[in-house]
Amino acid sequence: MIDQAIFRPVVPAAAKRPRLWHWREPSILPGFPLGLGITLLYLSLIVVIPLAALAIRPWELGLSGFWRVLTDERVLRAFRLSFGLSILAALLNAPLGLLIAWSLTRYQFPGRRILDALVDLPFALPTAVAGIALTTIYAPNGPIGALAAKFGIKTAYSPLGIFIALVFIGLPFVVRAIQPVLQEVDREVEEAAQTLGASSFQKAFLVILPAIAPALLSGVSLAFARAVGEYGSVVFIAGNMPFKTEIAPLLIVIKLEQYDYAGAAAVGVGMLLISFAALIVFNAAQILLARKGRA
Amino acid sequence: MSSSPGSSSIRMPGIAPLLVFASIAAMVLLVVGPLAIVFTEAFSKGLSRFFLEIREPDAVAAIRLTLLVAAISVPLNAVFGIAAAWTVAKFEFRGKSLLLTIIDLPFSISPVVSGLVWVLLFGAQGWFGEWLIDHDVKIIFATTGLVLATVLVTLPFVARELIPLMQDQGSDEESAAITLGADGFTTFWKITIPNIKWALLYGVLLCNARAMGEFGAVSVVSGHIRGMTTTLPLHVEVLYNDYDFVGAFAAASLLASLGLVTLVVKTALEWRHAGELSATRRH
Amino acid sequence: MTFDTNLTRRRLITASAALGAGAAATPLLLGAGQAQAADALTLLNVSYDPTRELYKAINSAFASWWKGRTNQTITINQSHGGSGKQARSVIDGLQADVVTLALAADIDEIAARAKLLPANWQSRLPNNSTPYTSTIIFLVRKGNPWKIRDWGDLVKPGVGVITPNPKTSGGARWAYLAGWAYGSRVGGAAGAKEYVTKLYKNVPVLDTGARGATTSFAQRGLGDVLLSWENEAQLVIDEFGPKFDIVYPSSSILAEPPVALVDKNVDRHKTRTLAEGYLNFLYSPLAQEIIAKNHFRPRNPDIAAKYASQFKQIPLVTIDQAFGGWKKAQVTHFADGGVFDQIYKPG
Repeated sequence: MIDQAIFRPVVPAAAKRPRLWHWREPSILPGFPLGLGITLLYLSLIVVIPLAALAIRPWELGLSGFWRVLTDERVLRAFRLSFGLSILAALLNAPLGLLIAWSLTRYQFPGRRILDALVDLPFALPTAVAGIALTTIYAPNGPIGALAAKFGIKTAYSPLGIFIALVFIGLPFVVRAIQPVLQEVDREVEEAAQTLGASSFQKAFLVILPAIAPALLSGVSLAFARAVGEYGSVVFIAGNMPFKTEIAPLLIVIKLEQYDYAGAAAVGVGMLLISFAALIVFNAAQILLARKGRA
Repeated sequence: MSSSPGSSSIRMPGIAPLLVFASIAAMVLLVVGPLAIVFTEAFSKGLSRFFLEIREPDAVAAIRLTLLVAAISVPLNAVFGIAAAWTVAKFEFRGKSLLLTIIDLPFSISPVVSGLVWVLLFGAQGWFGEWLIDHDVKIIFATTGLVLATVLVTLPFVARELIPLMQDQGSDEESAAITLGADGFTTFWKITIPNIKWALLYGVLLCNARAMGEFGAVSVVSGHIRGMTTTLPLHVEVLYNDYDFVGAFAAASLLASLGLVTLVVKTALEWRHAGELSATRRH
Repeated sequence: MTFDTNLTRRRLITASAALGAGAAATPLLLGAGQAQAADALTLLNVSYDPTRELYKAINSAFASWWKGRTNQTITINQSHGGSGKQARSVIDGLQADVVTLALAADIDEIAARAKLLPANWQSRLPNNSTPYTSTIIFLVRKGNPWKIRDWGDLVKPGVGVITPNPKTSGGARWAYLAGWAYGSRVGGAAGAKEYVTKLYKNVPVLDTGARGATTSFAQRGLGDVLLSWENEAQLVIDEFGPKFDIVYPSSSILAEPPVALVDKNVDRHKTRTLAEGYLNFLYSPLAQEIIAKNHFRPRNPDIAAKYASQFKQIPLVTIDQAFGGWKKAQVTHFADGGVFDQIYKPG
């Protein structure tokens, strides 16, 4: 379902840098005005204007009001929960996705292709369906929830339940990001390592890990971005207790239901800003890793 | 990816069964479990009850609405995706990275926000609310609103699939055709489209799966009028709240089947056309 | 791979893609038919969560009654959800002809924010515009293992109380106020605050609506007692089997879920007569009987007498006597920074 084309940064071909006094390179191909026109019109109508409406709304509270909404303890806790759990889920998805991608690319076993196809399921399954199904399994009277309860572990209706849902929806992003790179690394790095006489284990960790690190990071950052905003699969399993298991998107819904449009928009803008900051950090790290890998 | 496992020596054969077992266990716990629950619950009262549930008028209306919303949103995003990919991949211009960032933006917006923005614009208390009411135009709590929310959530999929491929292919073929005197439309139709058709289909599949399954964004703009503005994912929630669990899971199983069909078609595409799908996937 | 098989497969995939596109286009044609049907006489009733079954029955009874009187065929569309969320939708432009919500405060919001109906809407129909009443009672697991008899038992350590979030659920607001009324009866104003603080310490899951809370309790096995609408408790026993017992506390609150005509919308739709007919019908003996059968307390004294055995009489405080009306209760308890926010602190 997902493939890395979707979440790999598209680097504008840097070979031909536009000269300063031209805003575009001359080309004999037609259709630039049409293509750019459609693109800009569509993006303005669907993305830019609606987001402007979102960004403008909180200012009716004034700067101090905006700030008060974002620093309200309940909002802060929801942010901490949403962003904290999303980072944790993405971090667990890193080794988990690596494990699954590794098994899928390196070993032949019965059912491998089915397993491969199923990796995309969390992406294909509508979030509400995933939420209800996960709750059925992890509720105290569900098959896994009951088992966990015997050991005194609360799965559904706790941060752990939210965590499980976020791992679920993030998994395909990580697997699909590293899978092709793993295959590629195999061939290229193989011979080099062979000549150096490294052991299997050394090869695995000293050679392959650095090589796939940028892709892994890219997958993790996408899993994170998806998890932060996730609503449908989380509300059913979360328990929705203010200060404890109330995620930021739910808080937007709750504020809306109290007719607090400006507050809801403020929380939305806050989420967007933090997501952006996080993605910029991820991207910077990725570029750094890629440079290191090349050096 | 579906190419066969590498034949390298970096396979750590000693712990292979362990790793494979761990992978399968993780997948069963996380992914297969929920899928199995959906289908066992849907068929828990027998096949005939299942068919009764999905032929119930509100369910049929929800299926129809879901198809309608996808049938409008997906082609819109496909046309946009082609136009954006053509612009970005075939030309060099200033501000290209900004354009790419905006195309990516919907990926990092919470679905709830993707619904909220339309309420802020077109809701009765929103920017254009009064004008719309005066002119009797319904956007929010009608099909248009559902389409807008869906379009926003699924906007990047086709573009994101086409851009890397078209960048990789370059514009030599098109330039040659133009030099030889072909007009722009013919060039696009006879050269570009055949080059990207599988990637396009693939992007459309992704976009469609997400469009039909979207919950958070449409939930904000739906109004939940039974049989009128409830899409299939919302219908699942409605039935669940009616204590009609068999019905809820029956509707859910339709959506899960849609996901499975998408997976099958996608896998078939990858087996046949791996090279043509996307530049980054060539190996 | 031979050229032939490649071609066949390509054709197959192309064919299936074409099929998919065809299937997707069909509803476009069907959708057009649907839009035409919308020109027929329709009414949209925007209601709260626990009335799904009630209005299903009332709507079909009203449609045939109306047909018999006017020979018009009508369709009544329903939308259900948390009371606050539904009011928000109407404010944002959901074209409700009538609203039937959990509490007057939510309809007040529609009147104040969107000016779709006059502020005095509640005086336009009999009985404060509430054709039926209900109350908040307890639902416990079979055999009542925690021996829960009254409000005081809910705050014992270890008891899990299931009730939705009062900020988003109408029923939860009634439940909170019923608890408050008990608390102030035994300990005055300070006692009331202390009581509800303890009560919400025992709540493990805060769903956004009554239906979500009931599902958590009945289907997921969460908690030991559900603070429930009276009709909802009966319904749970009907739907989920006899795994539960109903407990009537020593006192509760008289919940009055009001109904109202949304003037601006009915004038735009030219459905005023129909909408008025619909709301008046709710007070008719026929509808009152349906109301009683769905475990809501009818207003009509004859019907109430007939079904008296079904509704246990317990002392019920009213919102006006105990809290000075909804406007005041809303601001004091549920507004941002109100009592509920004060008692609901982290930790």
